This record gives sequence, structure tokens and C-alpha cells, in this order.
Amino acid sequence: MVYLRAFGSHLPPRRVANRELAPLVGADPAWILEVCGIEERRYTAGADTVASLGLVAAQDCLRNAGASAADLGMILVASGSSERFCPGPASQIAAGLGLTSTPALDIPVASCGSLIGLVLAAQLAPQFGRVLVVASEIMSRRINRAPEGKDTAILFGDGAGACLVDAQAGFARIADSILCTDGTASEILKIEHERLAMEGKSVILQASRKMPRAINDLLARNNLAPSDVGVFLLHQANRNLIERVAGSLKAPLDRFFMNIARYGNTSSASLLIAADEWRQAHPEPLSAPMVFSAFGAGLNWGALLAVPD
Amino acid sequence: MLQSIKGAGIHPAEDESLFESGLLDSFALTDFVSGLEQEFGIVIPDSDLSARKFDTIRKVAAYVSAKAS
Repeated sequence: MVYLRAFGSHLPPRRVANRELAPLVGADPAWILEVCGIEERRYTAGADTVASLGLVAAQDCLRNAGASAADLGMILVASGSSERFCPGPASQIAAGLGLTSTPALDIPVASCGSLIGLVLAAQLAPQFGRVLVVASEIMSRRINRAPEGKDTAILFGDGAGACLVDAQAGFARIADSILCTDGTASEILKIEHERLAMEGKSVILQASRKMPRAINDLLARNNLAPSDVGVFLLHQANRNLIERVAGSLKAPLDRFFMNIARYGNTSSASLLIAADEWRQAHPEPLSAPMVFSAFGAGLNWGALLAVPD
Repeated sequence: MLQSIKGAGIHPAEDESLFESGLLDSFALTDFVSGLEQEFGIVIPDSDLSARKFDTIRKVAAYVSAKAS
């Protein structure tokens, strides 16, 4: 048995509203809200790094769990926007937590990275002990805030999230998961030469099918229906996409937690930031299954099912 | 089918970009592709889910013809 024990998050304080961003990209603030459901996003200050944001989220998660860094058996850090490829932010976050021998591994995957981290943590926790999954992104340094970069600049923000996966105890038992990769479409969404490039329409086409399919497959093999799920926590990519997924699943939209209006798309961090906010608002014992799902560059996508124990 | 998605009075030229003309945005394209499957009884695999394949009426017609045959 492996459990979700606690979440944590960190959002940089600077708010960038559509009315600030719109003139830079040659768009109307109302249009930005219409096409993605985002009202504002957060940007880091110049001295911040992916590791420094992730470290704060990690500390927040440990605090929420009532655990200490010394309790950790492993750290997994997802990021698609890290300043340095090797060594990546995992070792810096481990050092920031005061750990000098705990294994800390990077998952250099953007939007789906935190889901991949959770799935791996569920497998590794029985052997390594408590696994801290961190996802941290500074996407504001990977976009072009100019008219030619409009389609991506309006979407992305910065932030970090974390989750403690524990083989001993937690509020939800990880029951099953699905992870998929299709590299044949890898060119439609990528971070290359420090810039994000996205064929938005193709990405939406792919995500609109792959995410509901993964969720349906996961639920079906666990003898569950979408209507049995208490909360869907999805990568906060685009409000319209989340609504599309809800429609495909024929599940009530109010079961899909959303905070994209306030933070934008924080890539891999969004899933854990959303999970942390949802958990803070619902600290009571879990009463129904919960589903996590993400889709992103790779293409990587999947879903994870957690249930009341 | 375009008219059912975007409303009546849509008459794009065969080689007019459905995207650049504003007739199809990301989510209307998703509806359009699903509609093609239902209307013509074809299955569009994930490997064909590229917006470039559905950019103009001519491309759509050629794709559907190839799939239907």
C-alpha cells in the first residue's frame, strides 16, 4: 500500500494580469480570458530559480505532512524549464533541505512531469521509504512576450508544487495509474533552445482525446465510472480543455478542481499546486475516489487513481 | 459541418485556411474532427491528429476520401 500523505505549493508573489500582458502580445485582455480562462499568472523575481521555488514548495509539503526532511527516502523533481540540465534542480533541492546522501533524481518533463513523479513514487516508496515529489517551473523565462509569441505567452506562469508519497500512512491510497508516451508527435510541443514552441491546435486535438481515454481506461479497469469520482485534479493547461475533458467523460464540471484563472498554466507544477489548494479546502477524510491526470510535451500523458483507505 | 459548428453562411474557398480565417479555433477544430468521424463513418487515429491535416477544405476532403476508401 502506498499513500498520498500531503501536498505543498509555492507561488511567487508578482501577479501579472491580462491587462498587463495583453499590450505586450498584441491581444485583448478579454480575448485571453475567453480562449484559456486565465485572469492572471505569477512571475518570479530575477534571483529565483526552479530549485529555489521547488525548495519552498518542498518545505511547505513537509510542514503540511508533519514530517521532516530526514524522513525522506528519495526526492523526485519534475521540471521542463530548469535553468541547468545537469545537474538539475533535484540535487539543489535536496541540499536545500539539508540532505547530503538521500537520492534526488530529476524528471526533465514539463506538464506531465509531476504525474510521472507520482506514479514512480508509488512504485519506489515501498523500497526507498517516503518519496517527496516536487514539480517546479519558471515558464516566464521560456516564453516570448511579444506578438509572435502570443499563443504561448498568454498561457504560462511560474510556480511549484510538492507531494509526499508514503508507504505507511496518508489520506488517500494510490490504487492504480496509467502512463503513456507517444514520441511521434513530439514536435508539436517542446522546449528547445530555451524557448517553448507549441502547435496549439494540434496539442488541443491530442489532449482532448488522450486524457479522457486514459481516465476512462483507468476507471474501467478498477470497476469505476466517472460519476464515482469525487474530484478530478487535472493539469491546469487551459480551462476550455478541462471543460472538454469533463464533457467527454460525461462528468459534472464542478468535480474538476480549477485554479487556472489565478495562476495560468504552470506546466508540471500545476497538478500539485491544484492538489494542494484542493486539499487545503478539503482537509476532511477522503470519501470518494480521486483522479489525477496530465498531458504534455513528449507527448506524455496519463492518469492516477487514489481512493479512500 | 462547418456551418453546424460556426453557424450558417460559412462558405470558405477550398484552399482558404480555416484557421487563419478564424473559422476554426482549437476547440472548434476538435469538434470538427469528431464530426468528420461521425458524418463519414471513419476513424481518425491519434497519429493523424495534426491541425495541418485539416487546415483547408481541400485537405479535409482529400483526407476523408482517402480514409473512406
